[in-house]
Amino acid sequence: MTFNHKHIIGIKDLTAEELTFILDTSISFKEINRRDIKKVPTLRGKTIINLFFEASTRTRTSFEIAGKRLSADTINISASGSSVVKGETLEDTAKNIQAMNPDAIVMRHHASGASDYLAKRLDCAVINAGDGMHEHPSQALLDAFTIREHKGKIEGLTVAIIGDITHSRVVRSNIYCLTKLGAKVRVAGPGTMLPPGIDKLGCEAYTNIDDAIKGSDVVMMLRIQRERQGAPLIPSVREYSRFFGLTHQRLKLAKENVIVMHPGPINRGVELPTSIADGPQNVILDQVENGVAVRMALLYLACGGEKLQD
Amino acid sequence: MAAEKIEILDQEGVSRAITRIAHEILEKNKGVENLVIVGIRTGGAYLATQLQKKISEIEGKVVPIGSIDITMYRDDFGSRSDLSVGQTDIRFSLSDRKVILVDDVLFTGRTIRAAMDALTDLGRPKNIQLAILVDRGHRELPIRPDYIGRNLPTARNERIDVDFDEQHAPQAVHLIRV
Repeated sequence: MTFNHKHIIGIKDLTAEELTFILDTSISFKEINRRDIKKVPTLRGKTIINLFFEASTRTRTSFEIAGKRLSADTINISASGSSVVKGETLEDTAKNIQAMNPDAIVMRHHASGASDYLAKRLDCAVINAGDGMHEHPSQALLDAFTIREHKGKIEGLTVAIIGDITHSRVVRSNIYCLTKLGAKVRVAGPGTMLPPGIDKLGCEAYTNIDDAIKGSDVVMMLRIQRERQGAPLIPSVREYSRFFGLTHQRLKLAKENVIVMHPGPINRGVELPTSIADGPQNVILDQVENGVAVRMALLYLACGGEKLQD
Repeated sequence: MAAEKIEILDQEGVSRAITRIAHEILEKNKGVENLVIVGIRTGGAYLATQLQKKISEIEGKVVPIGSIDITMYRDDFGSRSDLSVGQTDIRFSLSDRKVILVDDVLFTGRTIRAAMDALTDLGRPKNIQLAILVDRGHRELPIRPDYIGRNLPTARNERIDVDFDEQHAPQAVHLIRV
């Protein structure tokens, strides 16, 4: 199949067929990650720059490993040690990087739409590694990959996503991705973290976690993003945990073979108790493992082949 | 002008060629000890299965079989529009094994170069031997097959099609002249 997207900005831009193609491609790359020699020459001679304006351990490491296992040269730039702190604009930073002829830029930025802004101004491929409250496409794809791996399919499943729905780009990408692939998505959180009109994206919104979890095949817990909140949206972390944290009792409401997911980093004891985070239903580290394979597929598809459009 | 389709081998012809290759492999390697078969996806992998069957019929022993996808090792990555990647499935160690690498048609040799790179990334075989159903010439790399079903001089613009049925059993080999 052809893949005619040079940039990967959001799941919203991709069709169900393209999403499935990315997931299928990821299967081939997953096998490499379990070999003794974890490297293929596919992107030899390509330069990939990880441009991270926001703190990240998992995503940045995952993209870096993905690039290296494809034999690309990967370079990391983080905002704290860069010219950004000296007052350079995003466009100037990007244009300077482009002058060094990279093949792809993987960017995380605190402003929604930053990746799209860059993609419209640069010649190289731009992959969004999370922009503000907009999208986090590689996370949604690795979630979908993990669900498909455990359940054998995505179509017809019910996925409950619990937490700060307003501030989460993971949620938005997941809603697009899972509904396009035929799953039913429920979101739940405190009223202050549940944006009005979220159901227009094709999901069901709940203010009671029990209702959202009831009969679900997948429960995805989100972290309360304390760094993203100006005014407090919850009275206290303890109260949040009591009303919106996952418990064994609540988990019994889901289907018997439910899987528990979390995009990380986990706040143990807040959204998940340790006994569930490490329990038999958790697939959290599978998500991390699959993240490398999915990001290899994204880099491969963005850097490779002749693009007919975009 | 419509394409001209000439039959080079029929079903029995393919079967006889595979039988002969099986005998040659057993003769050269003095049996099946340490032998493994790896087919290049997709045609080569189908033929590898046939070859494995034939060898076990003759020798009464089953030789391990795997398949390899060479997409990630291709040298024309930037100019291809089809980006599909197949899966490599080799569930045994290649270290110190004698690998029979199987493909349906040998043309420029670039696929075999890619396959050899892919194999050596998985381990260090004792040796790699190349079995080919049809050698059509026009090599661009110094690669020579060890076992050949049929030598067939072709023009560059001609095409060789190996047809398989739904069970992946080879049916015929055709030369397509445009």
